[in-house]
Amino acid sequence: MTSSTIEAPRSPRPVARKRRVNWEKWGWLYMRGSGVLLIVLIAAHLFTNLIAGQGGVKAIDFAFVGGKWSNPFWKVWDTLLLWLALIHGSNGMRTIVNDYVSNPKVRKTMLIALLASSVVLLLLGTLVIYTFDPCPAGSLPSDLPSFCPAQ
Amino acid sequence: MAEQTGVLTGPPAPNGDTKVAPPRPSRFQGTLYRGREGMWSWVLHRITGVSIYFFLLVHILDTALVRVSPQAYNAVIGTYKHPIMGFGETALVAAIGFHALNGLRIILIDFWSQGTKHQRLMFWIVIALWVILLAGFVPRQMMNIFSE
Ligand code: HEM
Repeated sequence: MTSSTIEAPRSPRPVARKRRVNWEKWGWLYMRGSGVLLIVLIAAHLFTNLIAGQGGVKAIDFAFVGGKWSNPFWKVWDTLLLWLALIHGSNGMRTIVNDYVSNPKVRKTMLIALLASSVVLLLLGTLVIYTFDPCPAGSLPSDLPSFCPAQ
Repeated sequence: MAEQTGVLTGPPAPNGDTKVAPPRPSRFQGTLYRGREGMWSWVLHRITGVSIYFFLLVHILDTALVRVSPQAYNAVIGTYKHPIMGFGETALVAAIGFHALNGLRIILIDFWSQGTKHQRLMFWIVIALWVILLAGFVPRQMMNIFSE
């Protein structure tokens, strides 16, 4: 193996440009940070909803959700799950769109659709959690959690 | 002259030892990266990520029905109690399980100094943990699907 000298480049590095936020780096870090948190969030989510109850998904109904969301702990838990998972998922989908969609117009349209649907679902989901009424008036008492006055 | 070998099989033994047959190139053996654990873990990570993403979109919408009425929510959740959905749910848990475990593997490859060196071993550890996870979950899930 012969060693070779690498010539100095013809022009020096351009004079320091204004430093910008490296969004791709933060996105990359976010995928890893949110990933670790999501393991804990999803594990408890699946455990309480599918394993702890009797019969798995068969035990889930409006009254079950009413019971969980009358506890602020689960409201915060589900809010974290919503925001971390949806942003992680749509940022991952952004990577995949960038990988496969070569037509710039189609790509831009898909990225905008991805962003728009994520914003709408984040707002909708958050609104649902914090405006939830476990005892809505005019419902069948048998559909409601046991702590409702109508029950 | 030895038969055509894959890139990874390496050069023939320098001492000309013909008794040691070079490993047979497998159909999945292309280059250093392509066709091996590295590629398949990436393929699975991508497929599971996309699947979970689309489930999440539906899941946010079905949960939003609690804001419509108890009947609307119960009607839609009722369809999830069908055995077919039970199998879909099994696949979902399997997908999340793989994505989560392999996600940890990716993080270790990125941040642990020995990560790249052990990425193949870590892939098989991911598979082993995933099998254990499913061995715990699937029997329970089947009992729930078929109980009434
Ligand atoms: C359970 C915990 C999770 C962990 C540990 C995890 C970890 C990761 C990691 C490390 C990446 C790679 C990012 C990169 O290469 O820059 C990734 C990609 C991705 N994740 Fe997750 N994730 C988790 C949950 C989820 C969830 C709930 C969704 C869906 C909403 C999701 C959807 C995706 C998608 C679509 C990608 C992009 C895949 C690709 O580029 O090939 N992940 N995940």
